Order: sequence, then C-alpha cells, then structure tokens
Amino acid sequence: MSALSRTLAGRGLAKHNLAGAFVVGIPILWIAFFMLLPYGIIVVTSFWLKKYPSFIPDFQFGNYITLFTDPQYVLVILRTLKIAILVSIASFLLAYPFAYYLVFRCKSAALRAWLYMAVIAPLWVSYLLRAYIWKTILGTEGVLNSLLINVGIIDEPSSIFLYNQFSMVVTLTYIFIPFMVMPIYTALEKIPTNLVEASADLGMGPWRSFWHVTLPLSLPGVAAGFTLTFCLSFGDFIAPFLVGGPDGNLIANVIATQFGAALNWPLGSALSIVMLVIVLSIVSLSDRMERKGLTGGL
Amino acid sequence: MKNAPMNLVSRYGADTAFMTFVGMLMAFLYVPIWVLVAFSFNDSRSLTWPLSGFTLDWYRKLAENTDLQAAIWNSFYVASFATALTLIVGVPAAMTLHRFAFPGKSIFRRLILLPITLPGIVTGISMLNMFKLVGFQLSLETVILGHATALLGVVVTQVYARLQRLPKSLEEAAFDLGAGPWRSFIDVTLPNIKTAIIGAGLLSFVLSFDEIPVTFFLTGRDNTLPMYIYSTMRRGVTPEINAVATLIVAASLVLIVAAVIVTRGRKNQ
Repeated sequence: MSALSRTLAGRGLAKHNLAGAFVVGIPILWIAFFMLLPYGIIVVTSFWLKKYPSFIPDFQFGNYITLFTDPQYVLVILRTLKIAILVSIASFLLAYPFAYYLVFRCKSAALRAWLYMAVIAPLWVSYLLRAYIWKTILGTEGVLNSLLINVGIIDEPSSIFLYNQFSMVVTLTYIFIPFMVMPIYTALEKIPTNLVEASADLGMGPWRSFWHVTLPLSLPGVAAGFTLTFCLSFGDFIAPFLVGGPDGNLIANVIATQFGAALNWPLGSALSIVMLVIVLSIVSLSDRMERKGLTGGL
Repeated sequence: MKNAPMNLVSRYGADTAFMTFVGMLMAFLYVPIWVLVAFSFNDSRSLTWPLSGFTLDWYRKLAENTDLQAAIWNSFYVASFATALTLIVGVPAAMTLHRFAFPGKSIFRRLILLPITLPGIVTGISMLNMFKLVGFQLSLETVILGHATALLGVVVTQVYARLQRLPKSLEEAAFDLGAGPWRSFIDVTLPNIKTAIIGAGLLSFVLSFDEIPVTFFLTGRDNTLPMYIYSTMRRGVTPEINAVATLIVAASLVLIVAAVIVTRGRKNQ
C-alpha cells in the first residue's frame, strides 16, 4: 500500500522532470564534490611517498606498513581502541540504569521529561568547554586537589588525576554520555509494558524478567549507543590534547601532527583511511546486530 | 503472604538505590558546570578551592578583548551560512530518500549519514587535501563548506523522520487537485515539516558554532570562537576562559528553551 502510494506520489513529481532533477541533483552533486571526491583524494594520497621537504605521487604501501609495524603507531592505535572501549563501557554502565529508571520506575511524567532533558541538555553546551572543565577540576592546581587539601585528605597537590588515561576516560564519558542515553531510552520506551507484566504473571522474578525480556529487547538501542559513543571518542582529539598529557596521544592527534608540524600528509592520509575503515566496520557491524536484534527479539 | 513485606522492603530499597544513582549522575553532569561558573566570578587568578572573593573583572577584560569579539562575529558568520547551506542541501536529500527509488540509493543514504559517526577530523583533512589540490585559499568560506558537509546528516535524519510521519494522502490530494510539485511542496509539505526544519536548523547552528575538528584544518587566518578559546587554552587555564564559558552556558540555556518551545509547538499542532 505504502509502496504503491509512494510510486504514485513519485510519478506526480516525475511528470515535472526539472523539479525532480533539482531535488535529487543538489544532494547528489554535493556528495560527489564534498564527500566522494575528498575521500578519493585521501585514498590516493595515502599511497604517496614522503620526500623531504614535501611528498611525491607514487603507488606504494610503505605508509600502511609503517602504521602497522612501527611500535609508535601500533601503540597509538591500540591505545585509542582501548580508550574508546572504556568510554563506551563507562557510559553504558551509567546510561542503562538511568534510562531504565526513567522508563520503568519513574512514576511522574514531568520528572521523567525533566531528567531526560537534563541529560541531553549538555549537548547544547560547548563541547570544548565540557572538556576544559575537567582540566580545571583535575589539574595539580585544580579544584579537586585544592579541595582535598582544604579538607585535609591529602597534604600536597597530587598529579594522579590529570594527564593520564583515567582523566581521558572521565572527560570523554562526560562529553558523550547523552549519545548512550538517547538510543537506550528510545529502545526501552518501545518495549510494551504488558510483556514485562506477562513474564511476571508467569512467575518470573524481576531479575529474570529483566534478563530474559527487557534486556534482549533493548539490545538494538544498546548497540546504537555503543556505536555512537565508540566512534565519537575514537576520533576525538580535543580531550586528549587538554587532559591526556604527553603519553595520551590518540589517533586523531597523530593525524593532526602529520598534517601540521611533521608535514607528512601521505602518512596522515593513510592513518585517516585506517580510522575510516574501523569506523565503517563498527557501523555496519552494529547495523547487522540491530537487524538481528529486531527480528530475533520479536 | 510471607513474601509481601519482603517485597515491599526490597522494592523500597530498589527505589532508593535508583534515586541515589540518578542523583549522583546529575551531580556528575552539573557540579562541574557550577564550578566553572563560580570561578568566573572569583577574584583570584588561580582556580583553587575555596573561592576567595567576588569580582566582575574577568567579564570586564572580555568586553575589552577585540580578538574575542572578532572571533564571535566570525562564528556567527560561519554558523549562519553553514546552516543555510546544509538546509538547502539537506531538505532535498531527505525528500529524495523519502520518495524516490533509484539505483545506489542505499549507498547515497549511507554516505549522507556517514559524517554523524565519522570523526570530524576525517572530513576536515579530506577536504583540506582537496582544497589544496585545486588551489583553493583556506578561509572562513572553506570552513562553511566543511561544516555544511559535516552537518548534513543531522538535518537529513530530522527532516526525514518527520516526512515519514506525514500521511502520503496529503501530497497525493494536492497533485490530484492539479498543484504542481513546487506548489504542493510550498503549500502542503513545507508547512508540515516546518518545525522539523527549524529544529534541525537550530541544532546545526549550535553544532557549527561549537565545531573544532573540521574548522581546525579548514580555516585560514581567521579564528572562530571555539578556535580562539582553544588557542587561549594552550597558554594555560585562566578565569577569563571561565567567563567566556559562563556566557556560552547562558546562551546555550536560551537556545535550549527556544528548542523546547519549538518542540512543544509541534505537539500542539
């Protein structure tokens, strides 16, 4: 029915070819010029050769070999994967109980709306500032240290809070947690309450109902949340710069260096391609999981 | 019988546990923002607890800072044009996804939505490569092109979601009554997706105003506001940044209220 009416509406528009070409043409041209072409160019550049003081067109795999054999780059790639996974897990552990509370436990609709808004609202506050906040809080001369000294818990400023992987995970979780809450909340909201009631009527305790009914049905939302949080923290380069410290470089920082001071665009391009491939694989993996979750769950 | 009081106790316990958890999450999200605001009024250069005294000096310094004012103006310029462009491309893209079937449509959809998950840095450096290759001078205008591309996915998802909820019969009726595609778009489709477009535009504006990764690679000599703040941060942490931050938080609050009003307007329709 909807397919039929879609063809009908489409034909109505197709009669006027000019308008149709206009509607379809603008986005296609934009994508061709500002996405396909640039991506194509970095693919090509990633095979070029760096030759002091610049680089020359070539076709060789040297840049990729460097990335996967030079321990310096391997370490950065592994570190970035680790941070992104830790951030996703931390966000999940905070977001799931919160979304669960809102959907199933919170009795007042007004309170639910307020709390949901309160978690999403920080997205509208500058992302740079949300990273900067943690630099001022966790720093050696920062708020947390001076507070702890003032209260008498420690005697002198400690540097354990800032410029390490802990501070990066805290900061990135703080920044990206709304992206975990939104899809999980949406998924939980879609679960019909009578399913949970039915499992309770059939004698399942609250834990078993949760484990066998609620959790499996919410998995598509969890997958979407993990994808967003992972990809966003995977490509971040502001938080590492502000709170990561000297050993806190992530892939994006290295790419920035290659395009800046190191002036090795071919290597930077190759690293971007690696990042692009990892992100694309995560996205298509989660697409597949979401589809499976939907058909397997119902 | 025996279980009933136990259940009551455990239920009460669970509720308390949930409330405590939610309270702690709220503290995690909002205490840092209050700390940020508090230090913008503190009369000491260092950001250490306890606060020493009240001052408006940091705000006075901002008012005299001409670099900052230029950066704010640049950000308004970039965000306005990027939003306009991304709507001009994004609304037709959403309509294309909504009603046309053509070969390569799924690739088209994936490409448009890609920048939502793709780190901004990849968009930034790939466009930088291209602009350098064709000999484009980097400027605020190249930043606008970059932002419009990066934000396309945001507009498309919002407008597409709204289009899908519109009954098909509306446009069909318009066609049956002899309206051309342009008339039926202006008179029938547009009024129905208006709030989605405003919402998407507002969100694009905020995201563009705040954007760093793409701007970092595509800007020439001019700085946008976040780039200016970013370069100030390199020199260290100062209450002056806290004052800018407080103003940005206040502006965000106004925008959030505006967004809530727009969404509420949609519900009333």
